[in-house]
Amino acid sequence: MAAKPKLCYFRGRGRMESIRWLLAAAGVEFEEEFIETREQYEKLQKDGRLLFGQVPLVEMDGMVLTQTKAILSYLAAKYDLYGKDLKERVRVDMYADGTLDLMMMIALAAFKTPGEKEENLALVVKKAKTCYFPAFEKILKDHGEDFLVGNKFSWADVQLLEAILMVEELDASVLSDFPLLKVVCEQPHKAQEAMNRDKDFSKICLQAFKTRISSIPTIKKFLQPGSQRKLPPDSHYVKTVRKVLQL
Amino acid sequence: MAAKPMLHYFNGRGRMEPIRWLLAAAGVEFEETFIDTPEDFEKLKNDGSLMFQQVPMVEIDGMKLVQSRAILNYIAAKHNLYGKDTKERALIDMYIEGVADLNEMILLLPVSPPAEKDAKITLIKDRTTNRYLPAFEKVLKSHGQDYLVGNRLSRADIHLVELLYLVEELDPSLLTNFPLLKALKARISNLPTVKKFLQPGGARKPPVDEKSVEKSRKIFKF
Repeated sequence: MAAKPKLCYFRGRGRMESIRWLLAAAGVEFEEEFIETREQYEKLQKDGRLLFGQVPLVEMDGMVLTQTKAILSYLAAKYDLYGKDLKERVRVDMYADGTLDLMMMIALAAFKTPGEKEENLALVVKKAKTCYFPAFEKILKDHGEDFLVGNKFSWADVQLLEAILMVEELDASVLSDFPLLKVVCEQPHKAQEAMNRDKDFSKICLQAFKTRISSIPTIKKFLQPGSQRKLPPDSHYVKTVRKVLQL
Repeated sequence: MAAKPMLHYFNGRGRMEPIRWLLAAAGVEFEETFIDTPEDFEKLKNDGSLMFQQVPMVEIDGMKLVQSRAILNYIAAKHNLYGKDTKERALIDMYIEGVADLNEMILLLPVSPPAEKDAKITLIKDRTTNRYLPAFEKVLKSHGQDYLVGNRLSRADIHLVELLYLVEELDPSLLTNFPLLKALKARISNLPTVKKFLQPGGARKPPVDEKSVEKSRKIFKF
């Protein structure tokens, strides 16, 4: 029987959280080694397991993998969460990359000075509301299917849910406060009607998506207390990372 | 016959350059629409062509693709430059993400505050010679093959060689202690498709200059 994947990172979200989500969503049990001291980190580097001297590190299937995106792509392909062909795969990649960008902004904000942090997080919420979430809302509305790509659960759905929950931690109203979608309408006199209809429908789309994906058994399990899901970065986490990475 | 891919970006390297390199290496002819003014950019956004209101955007095979990583993944897979299975692909991905990280530092140098530039250049040089180039030299040394992964050409070789050119532009002496990388650079540069790309008049864009930075600032408002 194959060994469980082993994750090596700080005890917090950072760049490892999306990997935890994806493994959990795929129903894959995994183990974690938490980096707490500089000495641990230096040992990892000396051991030669970190190709570029960095974590996240995931050991699985006889491989020693670093680089978040490489790990995520491998997992998505392995657990059939990457679409059925190249055209579906590129859409999964596009959507996953977009949400990862957003989540990285949140992860990095934790390391800024208080004033900058507040500013950056406000910008994240703004981008989510005006750019990212409307884009996903439109995708769901346009095809009317339960999942983002190919009418089948994929990595893109996992990451969008992760991103929604992360942004909601910053602003609980983020899904209920949608801007009007710009309507490309062949009948301008019907634009207002279409916009109102779109606005109502769009509120339903992402909220329904969130509920639906959260109810998937593996995800539901991951969202329960006691799971390996990590908490938002706090001052202890920031302090540990700074100490270990000598930032 | 399929239309040529159409690249939408400003007339410079930026985040589109790796895409140009990869298409060229794969022998794919492409066309470019340059975003020259803020109005050009606004039009693209208003058209609904840009999923996250950002470029690069590439029109290819009936799709309007954004997110450079997604675009590169698609092109690599389509043209058989992504390894033979998921394990080779994971290795390629790991290597190219490292390349992308260093590339990002170099990419952002022209737009960093003047007071920070020297420190940033020092950091880039340090990372180049102590983190990234040694890792790739070691990979080549470990298997003694002509290419990084699977004993055949892949996107990893293309992206790395693109980076080596950038490193050389920054400071040629940075490549001194990496003979296998220098050999890879020469080998890849001699591939007919790459050779063509690198020639004057080829699709490769010149290094960024003050003027083009100012122009980008105006268009993309940063």
